[in-house]
Amino acid sequence: MKRVYVNEKWCLGCHLCEYNCAFANSGEKDMASALKGKPIYPRIHIDGDEKISFAVSCRHCTDPICVKSCISGALHSKDGVICVDSDKCVGCLTCILVCPYGALVQGENGTLTKCELCLENSCSQPACAAGCPNQAIVYEER
Amino acid sequence: MSNYVIIGNGVAAVGCIEGIRREDKLSPITVISKEEHPVYCRPLISYYLEGKTSLSKMNYRDEDFYTKNGCDVLYGKSAVKIDAEGHTVTLDDSSQIQYTSLCVASGSSPIILPIPGLESVERRFTFMTLDDALALEKAISKDSRVLIIGAGLIGLKCAEGICERVGSVTVCDLAPRVLSSILDNECASLMQKKLEEHQINFLLSDTVERFENNVAFMKSQKSVKFDVLVMAVGVRPNFSIVKEAGGETSRGILVNEHMESSLCGVYAAGDCTEGTDISLGQRRVIAILPNAYMQGRCAGINMAGGDDLFDKGIPMNSIGFFGLHAMSAGSYFDAPEGELYEEKSEGKIRRLYTRGGYLTGFMFVGDTNRVGIYTSLIRERTPLDSINFDLLKKISTFTAFSSETRGKKFGGVV
Repeated sequence: MKRVYVNEKWCLGCHLCEYNCAFANSGEKDMASALKGKPIYPRIHIDGDEKISFAVSCRHCTDPICVKSCISGALHSKDGVICVDSDKCVGCLTCILVCPYGALVQGENGTLTKCELCLENSCSQPACAAGCPNQAIVYEER
Repeated sequence: MSNYVIIGNGVAAVGCIEGIRREDKLSPITVISKEEHPVYCRPLISYYLEGKTSLSKMNYRDEDFYTKNGCDVLYGKSAVKIDAEGHTVTLDDSSQIQYTSLCVASGSSPIILPIPGLESVERRFTFMTLDDALALEKAISKDSRVLIIGAGLIGLKCAEGICERVGSVTVCDLAPRVLSSILDNECASLMQKKLEEHQINFLLSDTVERFENNVAFMKSQKSVKFDVLVMAVGVRPNFSIVKEAGGETSRGILVNEHMESSLCGVYAAGDCTEGTDISLGQRRVIAILPNAYMQGRCAGINMAGGDDLFDKGIPMNSIGFFGLHAMSAGSYFDAPEGELYEEKSEGKIRRLYTRGGYLTGFMFVGDTNRVGIYTSLIRERTPLDSINFDLLKKISTFTAFSSETRGKKFGGVV
């Protein structure tokens, strides 16, 4: 299965992935109306310090503890892609309590929002990888 | 061909079914369900009353779950006896079911305190099952005065769920603070303040001594008039069926890391069990949903001839009221000789408890961003000298780990 991977040696910490992610999942047609002057809710985040940067998003684990721990049945695995049914999610944040990667975040309405590899939006591939200027983020089989 | 039987139809039972089906796609599974409902998300009953979910969304699995997994569910039936030698379970209608392996996932029951005069209270409820929530919903109106006994997770979620739908809510508890099993005084007082902002009243360090119809006479000499009573003082594991069959029990059914009870061919999972809390290194009942699923799944895999271990059990809770979240995990109150690190700012607290070079527990209130990094340190028993823990004390970041670790976690399949 193809997943999103980051090579920290190449990550510039430019945060473009965050903007591309938020735009890809906004449902808007252009980036300005999607993001300008609004709080954004990307599903990928830059972690790092002054020396090193790396993008963190859902690892789509083979044995996902978030799915096992979800109290609402909202988190599930669809052919290996960990998806959230935001209609079922009640925002209890148990998934954030258990995700070992710190990859999950609350969305605008308080429920979970997470990377679904851009399979459910209009992008044909993860927007974070497609827009990464240094190809630090890639979408591939490993 | 095996014949699997599961006593119970909650989350641990689902874990067990999914575990069995990983190994064995064909053999029949019989599920004995006391409740007349397909598996639903029990912790969502307060969200249902609050209007944040609906009955149809509360299903834990899709409608075709049982058919797809070849399960025969016996609704409205209880198991009353296990014959471990004869490999049979007897039901309350006297029928018997043969099994090759059995999983007891019988959950827990709400504790009812035998307070004098309780039987004179006309509208009294517990708050554990969907039927409890539906009955409570029928009993309340916008003018109801509700008294909740118990300021733990269940009582407070109940209070949050109904507070907009009733006249008043008062919560009493013998403990001096709310959420006393998981939070200390300072963390608890932040949560209490948030609840009080929503007109939920508290009578702490106080308890009901007797009831007379719709009046509760408190230990503090106060009296509380109410229309509806909810008793939410805790739960007790349902393990008598295993005890009577000769299985080892203490506060729950004793299980090993394979989820085997002491009875041959009998496994147990979920709230009814007493397993090991690795953050404490002692046996403990850990009645939380993630444990129920993981134990159930482990039991199922082993029942069907696979080999699985569940050796990472710890207490952990994420609880929020009106947008303020608290997360806790591991052990702190019972843990001696530990060290505490704390960080505080306006409306936020983080407390990390370490012992012998390991993180053994934490409480976070307010900022709960990326808390799972800490939960993982407890579950995996990561030696703190292998990471930059001083940095992690202050911020939730993966820069505290080695480049090699990051390479594996973010550059490989995990």
